Amino acid sequence: MLEYITSYLKSNTTPGQAGNQFWAFVYIILIFLGLSVAVIAMNWLERKILAHMQVRLGPMRVGPHGLLQPIADAIKLLIKEDIMPAEADKVVFWTAPVMVVITAFTVFIVVPFGPTHAVTDMNIGVLFMLGVSSLGVLAIVMAGWASNSHYPLIGALRSSAQMVSYEIAMGLAVVAAILMTSLHGIGLYGVGSGTGTGTLSMIEIVKAQQEQHAWFIFKFFPLGLIAFFIFAVAMVAETNRAPFDLPEAESELTAGFHTEYSGFRWSLFFLAEYSAMIAVSAIAVTLWLGGWLRPFPNWLTGETWDLVFSVFPGVTFLLLAVIAFVGTMRMPKHAYFRVQTLGLGGFGALLGLIGLVLLMPPVRDRIQDIYWFSVKVAAFMYLYIWYRGTFPRYRFDQLMKVGWKVLLPMGIGVLILTAVVGVLL
Amino acid sequence: MTPVATPFFFYLLSGLALLGGILVITRKNAVHSALALILTLLALAGLYLMLYAPFVAGVQIILYAGGIMVLFLFVIMLVSIERSQKEEQFNKQWIVGFIAAGVLGVLFVLVYVKGRALLPAPNAQIPNESQNTQNVGVLLYREYMFAFEIASLLLLVAIIGAVVMAKKRI
Repeated sequence: MLEYITSYLKSNTTPGQAGNQFWAFVYIILIFLGLSVAVIAMNWLERKILAHMQVRLGPMRVGPHGLLQPIADAIKLLIKEDIMPAEADKVVFWTAPVMVVITAFTVFIVVPFGPTHAVTDMNIGVLFMLGVSSLGVLAIVMAGWASNSHYPLIGALRSSAQMVSYEIAMGLAVVAAILMTSLHGIGLYGVGSGTGTGTLSMIEIVKAQQEQHAWFIFKFFPLGLIAFFIFAVAMVAETNRAPFDLPEAESELTAGFHTEYSGFRWSLFFLAEYSAMIAVSAIAVTLWLGGWLRPFPNWLTGETWDLVFSVFPGVTFLLLAVIAFVGTMRMPKHAYFRVQTLGLGGFGALLGLIGLVLLMPPVRDRIQDIYWFSVKVAAFMYLYIWYRGTFPRYRFDQLMKVGWKVLLPMGIGVLILTAVVGVLL
Repeated sequence: MTPVATPFFFYLLSGLALLGGILVITRKNAVHSALALILTLLALAGLYLMLYAPFVAGVQIILYAGGIMVLFLFVIMLVSIERSQKEEQFNKQWIVGFIAAGVLGVLFVLVYVKGRALLPAPNAQIPNESQNTQNVGVLLYREYMFAFEIASLLLLVAIIGAVVMAKKRI
């Protein structure tokens, strides 16, 4: 038994490929926990960042700088009365939130946090992610219909129309990136060494970028960039976020498809929305931004550069600890705030401790790829908040026009041009 | 890696597919039927995976479960449910139905008994799963290039036809 567990540690594949069920289970638990923590953190960060963008303070009451706000929210949601409308379709109403969470979490099976840090590697990785996340549309339609009410139904119709339309542009952008995996030339305009078969597997796509010495966002500049742009717009529409958040436009539809949901069921929709955002960001990072690869993996090589890049995770956490300590110093010196000051100091100490652990040589070598992947995904999450703070909401006909008349032709053009350039060079 | 508990998953998935199929024809509510159909389609995707055809399984999920069924539901949801629930669901032709089903069953058994030699051996060589997508691509774009392009032309005609029919003035 022990041998079975330790035998995987020496292999250099994912647990799924190695056929090791124990480690696959461990990875699934870790990803589940990590995602839940990320969603909680996102909840706090979104409110805080949005508030600062609008020159407000945001949550400040529960815990120092509102750090415990998400936990308070979670407790509030859990003890809230769970209402099911009398005229609702019971079975469908009950299934929809379950299904939306299952689809949102299942896609993370193939997300490559590192060359070995994924639950499994599938031959159809990207296809699997797009397919399973497109099942989320069904859950939204089900939720809207089962509520048996006007606002949810309109919200669900809008949402499904929007997601089905943008899926096409998104798919074309993804195909352009996958096409690049089959062109084996080295460098931005990889000349020579011919063409071969490409791949749909998430891990192989990142490896192809390493082998070609170019992130696909820069490959065949500006073609890769345009494809990435199409995906970046379509993914915001796919996750129903501002400025494409018509399905839950508060001013028109109260809350869209989840108007009739309350308490725990509503929190499942919330959880699924944020983990879907992380999932599409993970696709974008894998396809265009080099996945787990650190910046310049082929250019800045050698012992020194390896060391410099490997201390990044630890230093990040130490920086956060310093910020927390500065916050502790600036807390009001009043007996009323003593507990909060101590709490913030303790939080800073915890962050510092994590930073120190990440600086240890055996840990920092293994954690690197996860760190770079998470940082790139985090950048996308910040963009999501930034969009929400910046752009006004689209009107529905404008939304459809952007999807069908701008992004779709652009996607087809990029796909054809990528193929032509790839064959000519 | 070697497959685990194949009979269990085969019977589970085929059971789910059958259950979904039966629910499709017995539910009075059209939305429930459509949801049961999704269950069947997903179970079939699982069966394709067991047959070492991951690409077909992925396409099944994206196109049928994710794409076509969403449009199905879209239309069904806008139809009044009260009316469909009052209408009769079966036309009560039990005798004819049983005879037809019986004949079909006998036909299947006959095909199995007479043509058993044509079925592949139980220990057929396991295909290379990791190259499935690539193999499909090579087949479509090299061996069956002409048929593939003709089919795409047919789809193009269908799209143009739909646009022409939907729009009064173009």
